[in-house]
Amino acid sequence: MTKTSPDVSVRIVESLAANHVEFITTVPCKQLAGVIDLVDKDDRFRHVPSNKEDEGMGLCAGAWLGGKRPAIIMQNTAIGVTINALATLIQYYHIPLPMLISYRGEVGEKVACQVEMALHTKALLQELAIPTYHFHQQQDTDELNGILNHCFMAKKPVAVLMDAGFWSAAR
Amino acid sequence: MIRSEVIQSIAPVIRDHLVVCNIGLPSQELFMHDDQPSNFYMLGTMGLASSIGLGLALSQKAKVVAIDGDGSILTNLGTLPTIANNPADNFVLLIIDNGSYGSTGDQPTYAGRKTSLAKVAEACGCENVFECPAEETAKVLEQALGSDRMTIIVSKCKSGNVPVDVIELDPVVIAHRFREEVARRNS
Ligand SMILES: [Mg+2]
Repeated sequence: MTKTSPDVSVRIVESLAANHVEFITTVPCKQLAGVIDLVDKDDRFRHVPSNKEDEGMGLCAGAWLGGKRPAIIMQNTAIGVTINALATLIQYYHIPLPMLISYRGEVGEKVACQVEMALHTKALLQELAIPTYHFHQQQDTDELNGILNHCFMAKKPVAVLMDAGFWSAAR
Repeated sequence: MIRSEVIQSIAPVIRDHLVVCNIGLPSQELFMHDDQPSNFYMLGTMGLASSIGLGLALSQKAKVVAIDGDGSILTNLGTLPTIANNPADNFVLLIIDNGSYGSTGDQPTYAGRKTSLAKVAEACGCENVFECPAEETAKVLEQALGSDRMTIIVSKCKSGNVPVDVIELDPVVIAHRFREEVARRNS
């Protein structure tokens, strides 16, 4: 890692803004704290924290119906509580939804229980036919602009999994 | 009055506004009584009508009525603090509270027993919370829409259903015509 690399959280937020995302809902994760903080302070976004991720997907669906591009920022454990909202709302009505997901439970994880949902994360996303991108290194952020563009072109939910290696590389 | 009659009674009041309608019988009844391109019918995903309505209200200027039920609000109770803390003065949440899960065979909900959804909404920080008997719903809703303040209405009605057909509109058609209507109203 070079010290001149722009902070990865800043780059994520700039990609969201560059792709005209204006409505963002979040459920916190320690790894995402920096991104959420930037989103909250940035007037380019309407930030509405949600209490549960399926609620957040409802908020995002409403924003899309209102003409705004939405995004949700959440932890991979949320895949377990959002499958119905993804299948019967986001996918059924062809709503584009970037999901920026902290991929807990991968190598470097300190909390053993997080491994349990990590084991199912990609399988569940694959079962739902959700385009899924795995960020492991800081330079993977270069792909985010293209992924967001792809999401709004295809009008589908898209998952970006950012693992412990990605976040520690950024530190 | 049962829910179907409440929906019929408010149809003239909500016709000129954006409406997000709850899954199951409420959407089918609204579709039957007064289909409009400004109606967004939920065909699935129990519990998210109020969240969709809030996201919509925060994202554009036209007035939004979300028609929800007691069972659906209980499914997504976290919605009330989110609504309270992100107020949108173009948003009215109408909870038609028949004390039962109407679309699944009228099993009782806790809202029909000890739980007051109006008090829950107030405890969550919602302002302008009104509970009214079913017969007054249209009047209270009209006042709320005229007030330019975010309002939560809990309409207490009887449990019971009438036969009604499923909605055969394609979900993509529902979303597309609704988005065009939103754009037209905000232009
Ligand atoms: Mg009910």
